[in-house]
Formats: sequence, structure tokens, C-alpha cells
Amino acid sequence: MASAAAAIEPGARALGRGLSTFFYRRSTFYLLLLLLPPLLWLGMVYLGSLFALLLQSFYAIDEFTATVVPKLTLETYRQLITHPANVDIILRTLAMAIAVTLACAVIAFPIANYMARYASPRMKAFFYVGVMLPMWTSYLVKVYAWRLILAKQGILNWGLTAVGLDGVLETALTTPVIGGPSLASSYLGMFIVFVYMWLPFMILPLAAALERVPQSLIQASADLGARPRQTFWGVVLPLALPGLAAGSVFTFSLTLGDYIIPSVVGAPGYFIGMMVYQQQGTAGNIPLAAAFSVVPIVLIAIYLMLAKRMGAFDAL
Amino acid sequence: MRYRDWNGASTGQKLAAFAGLAFMHFPVLVIILYAFTTEDRTYEFPPPGLTLHWFEVAFAREDIWAALKLSLTVAAAATALALFLGTLAAFALVRSRFFGKDALTLLFILPIALPGIITGIALLSAIKLANLAPGFWTIVAGHATFCIVIVYNNVIARLRRLPKTWVEASMDLGADGVQTFRHVVLPQIATALLAGGMLAFALSFDEIIVTLFTAGHEKTLPIWFFNELFRPRERPITNVVAVVVIAVTLVPILLAYYLTRPKE
Repeated sequence: MASAAAAIEPGARALGRGLSTFFYRRSTFYLLLLLLPPLLWLGMVYLGSLFALLLQSFYAIDEFTATVVPKLTLETYRQLITHPANVDIILRTLAMAIAVTLACAVIAFPIANYMARYASPRMKAFFYVGVMLPMWTSYLVKVYAWRLILAKQGILNWGLTAVGLDGVLETALTTPVIGGPSLASSYLGMFIVFVYMWLPFMILPLAAALERVPQSLIQASADLGARPRQTFWGVVLPLALPGLAAGSVFTFSLTLGDYIIPSVVGAPGYFIGMMVYQQQGTAGNIPLAAAFSVVPIVLIAIYLMLAKRMGAFDAL
Repeated sequence: MRYRDWNGASTGQKLAAFAGLAFMHFPVLVIILYAFTTEDRTYEFPPPGLTLHWFEVAFAREDIWAALKLSLTVAAAATALALFLGTLAAFALVRSRFFGKDALTLLFILPIALPGIITGIALLSAIKLANLAPGFWTIVAGHATFCIVIVYNNVIARLRRLPKTWVEASMDLGADGVQTFRHVVLPQIATALLAGGMLAFALSFDEIIVTLFTAGHEKTLPIWFFNELFRPRERPITNVVAVVVIAVTLVPILLAYYLTRPKE
């Protein structure tokens, strides 16, 4: 028994080494072997699905039988861009995405700036964990928390009344477009939740870009007589622009595609994501849902092209 | 005054940074507080009293246990699949140069770069076209698709730091590929695998956007939670589940951070 094992062992080892040599020499073959499973998965499951989505968007639903007719047509897209309600939805979503992106940039900047350029190493680690924890906390739980906070008897109303600022909230809620019966059912409330949710996605790339701003440039700027404000606008901000662009890709794309936040917190107006969800679900109109979901893809592609010009991908 | 910009932050800057950080943690703290409130109909603040009663009620609920079990099983399956596919992809792409590599890298990142709703509706379109029944495996397939990139990123970052000479030395000393992997490569990437796996697990465990499209009649914990948001008759129990979800996702994330943090 032992001798048989010993006799097999060298053979098996030689085979193993032979194979290893073979793979080392034929590295292309080895590469293909490694790549095949993930490529098959993403190629078939993911790209295949995206293709199915695109295909469905060129189908249309039969008005009378309410079934999908598997024949290529531009009818669904025609419906998408000629129906005023649909155009409204697209514009509303786009406006929200832009507003959220701008607000995230403004709020994220001081946080990213402090953690990247001023904080001691210990403090920096503290900030990184402090930004990452809420980012990774369950998405739904955070949305739910905001519902509690924004509710009529909720914590925000209580806090504002306690410091005597409830008049400000009243005024904001009676403002035509952004207002509503309460913060939990107004565009203003939805905007706050969106900004909160995507803030970490702006802070992290921005901090990464700010960390790479060389101290020497800032010192040189100061030596040449620039005030801190001038140094900020003339030196720090241009160098941080790639990080800002990278972060804005996230905030923009995440807002465009979200359908949970507008349905849990917010005003009656529809958003692209809600339309996709509703059309495939209760309405059973998968072609229109598919056509609607092509809109964010196109908008993001345009945005990515703009961001690439700003050097966004050097900061990822 | 002029040098302040590189000497240190002004009090205002510091204050803004800490206020921002506090803002980010505030909702989570609110949820934890509400899980203990004695009030069960409105969102009254401050809570009139505190109790542990709702934990007891939630603990006895069969539907929550079933949803929790399904979510954990789905996350485990999706993580296993993502670990396998993501690691292979990282090994293949770490040092190779070939035509179309950039396009391939983009393909791996695409599932998290595009909004989740697109992955969701795309998978649903494919499921409908292929006449499949949505269920456990379609949820797993959706989750694995966007978890691959998490594992891939973690493993490839570690592999880049592993000197190529180590593998060559091992082979020169007579080890075969399996031995080299087992004794040289694996110990180096083990913590990256663990960290990537845990992040993937946490991501899958509370995923809702893609899951709503691919779940069919199955009810994961986030789907259970989502339904409760629109039928708010059991608020106190929803609050307790929220705290459980925070706890389940936070532990793997903190561990993953601890395992991958740069050594000083």
C-alpha cells in the first residue's frame, strides 16, 4: 500500500509540474482558462440581460389585449418622448439629480477638505470610518429613519420648534414647488434625503483627490502673496476637480435611478425609477419600463463624457 | 494669517467637518432610539417612554425569521459565487496586457456604475424573455452580478502588492502551481478574500433595488421591510428589524475595514 502510494506520488508530482510549466509557458491559454467563468457569467447574465432590456424597449404593448407584441417598433419610444407627462417625469428627475449633485458637492467639500488635508493620521482614520459606516448602513433603514425624522410629529419638527425656527419650516413648506403638507411629503424633504444618502459617495473621491494636492503648491501660492481664499479658488479647487467630477458621477447616477426614496418620502410627482417599477409591475408594460430605463443610461453616458473631459477617472 | 491654509484648519472648518460627520450619523442613532419607544402609532419625539417589549414581540414573529433566513441564505450563495468569479477575474487581469482589457474592466464595474434599477429591470426582461420563474436563484444571480466587482477590487489590489518574484521563486524551488498557490499566494490574499467576501455579504444582505425585480414571490428581509414602509401598522416591529439589519451589516463591514486597513 505504502509502496504503491510512493510509486504514484512521483508520477502525480511530475504531472503537476508539467501542467504548471505548460500553463506558465502558454500564458494566453492560462489567461483564457481564468477569464472564462467570470466572462461567461457577466457576458451572458449581465450583458445578455441588458440586451434583453434594449430589445424589450423596441417592442410595444398591444392596446387592446395588453400583451407585449414581440415585433420591432419605435412606438414605445415615440410614446416616451411625445407624451407630456413622460417628458415631465424625465425633466423632474434630471432637475433633482442636478440639484442633489450640487448640494452634495457643497456639503462634502468642508468634510473632505478637513479629513484629507488637516486631520492628524488618527483623526483621518476616524473620519474615514465615520464616513464609511453610514455609507454601508442598510439603505432601507436610512430611508426609513428619514421618514421618522421628517414626519409631522417627528424629531426635526420638534427640534425646530424647540429653538424657535418652526416659522422657517412653515415658510419653506408653503413655497410653491418645493413645499407640501409636511416635509415627509414634499420635494424639499426628498431632496434632503437624497443629499444625505449620497453624501459619502461624494466625500470619499473628493478626499482622495484633495489628499493628492501637493503642500508645496499651496506654500508657493502663499509665498507669492495669495490670500487663503485666492489659493483655494486658484490652486486647491482646480486640483480637486477630478475628485469632484468622480463623486458627482455617483450622486448623479444614483439619483437618476432611485425609485425607493421618491416613493417613500416625497411629493406626488413621478420619477423615472418609479415609472420603471410601476410600468413593469402593476401596469405590466415592460416595453415602456425598458424604454424609461434607457433614459438614465443615455443621461449617464452624456454625463460620463463630460466628466471624463474633467479628468474624473484619474481620481477613482 | 496668510499661512493658515497649510498650518491647520480654522475653527470654522473644523466645526463644519464635525457637523457634517454628525449629520451623517444622526438618522442611525434616531432609529436605534425609536426601537425602544413605548409609543406605537405616531413618530412622536421625544419618545414618551422606553421599553424592550418590541424586541420580544419581533422575536416571536415567524415571518421575520423566515425572511431573515432567506436573506442570509441568498447572501451566502451570492457571496460564494462572487468570490469564485471575482477572484478568477482578478488573477486573470492583474498583470496581463491584451487587446480589449479596458473594455473588460469596464464590464466588471458596470453593474455598480449603472443604477441598480437598470440591473433589476434588465434581469427581469431576460427572465421574462427566457420564460424563467423568478425565485431564489434569480435573486442570487442578481446579487452575484454586482458583488463580483467588490471581490475583484479587493483581490486585485492585494495581488498588485504581491511581488511576482515570489511566485517565480516558489516555482524555481520545485513547487507546482497548486503548491505555490496554497503556500505562497493564498496566505497573502487570504485577508483580502475575507474582506471582499464580507463586503459582498453585507451588500447582498440588504439589497432591495435589484431584488424587488428578481424576487418573484420570495420575501427577503429588505422586501419584508419595504412592504412595511407602505403598510405602517406594525411600526414598533419595523423599528426592531431596522436595528437588527444595522447590526448584521455593520459587523462584517467593520471587520472588512480592519482586515484591509493600511498597516503603519
